[in-house]
Amino acid sequence: MSVRIASIATRAWAALVSTALMGAAFAEDGPQVKSVTPLPAYRQECAACHVAYPPGTLPADSWRHILNNLDRHFGTNASLDPASVKQIEVWLTAHAANAGRTASAPPEDRITRSRWFIATHDEVPASTWRLPAVKSASNCAACHTRADQGNFDERYLRIPR
Amino acid sequence: MLTSGRLRALRSLYVFGLMVGVAGLPAYAQSPAQILYGYAAQSGSAPVPSRGQQFFTTRHGREWACATCHGVTPTGNGQHAATGKAIAPLAPAFNPERFRDSAKTEKWFRRNCADVVGRECTASEKADILSWLITLKP
Repeated sequence: MSVRIASIATRAWAALVSTALMGAAFAEDGPQVKSVTPLPAYRQECAACHVAYPPGTLPADSWRHILNNLDRHFGTNASLDPASVKQIEVWLTAHAANAGRTASAPPEDRITRSRWFIATHDEVPASTWRLPAVKSASNCAACHTRADQGNFDERYLRIPR
Repeated sequence: MLTSGRLRALRSLYVFGLMVGVAGLPAYAQSPAQILYGYAAQSGSAPVPSRGQQFFTTRHGREWACATCHGVTPTGNGQHAATGKAIAPLAPAFNPERFRDSAKTEKWFRRNCADVVGRECTASEKADILSWLITLKP
């Protein structure tokens, strides 16, 4: 009996904590994703060429599609051994977007073509996107100074000029 | 059962581990020179640094050269041609993490040669490139 009460209390606490964390990682209109500690393999294999995009920025279907085509990865070869691919896929899909407007797969599985991404970046002028320091909309860290830590809070936003 | 040969090998491994531990060096699996030696042995000819530089800085019928992302002289940060992300220096004298694990080195040659040359690089090409990178000193 006391074990059961303890387990209910633990679950209630976990739910409370995860509610508090939800939305903390992104600005008000961004995806309601939990801030999760990146899997070491994800960081090592994927964050060499780009920011470790938080898993909640794409739905599970997009992640699966991306991981099954790493040899043709947005114009580059990002192929990886099958064991690492599987490990990363399990983790990404477990933490993928699954609610609201982040839940549908964007065109070409591009985060930057998601409706929520376009909506939250509509105030950024075209000239800013073209700056050499920005170069690409996939270069989150050009403005989100803590993107490498999975923190997209507007407090840490510095738009280059 | 352990043969005396295996015991000797184990003992030397242990002594090596102790030496590394005592010296307080980071426990890198391999050195750039060891990886270069591996490629040179595979190719069966001596590496040519100038040929490596030439290979690194010129395009091979496709959009990117190695230098497009790593820089013409990869002693400082490069920038990924597609994502804009900073790429840490490639020359081992400027970045001690480079060329410390032959499997990792192989993975990146496989990926990047596919992008730059449209095929895997040969052992001789890899040896040339690495021999040139090793010549770059502060």
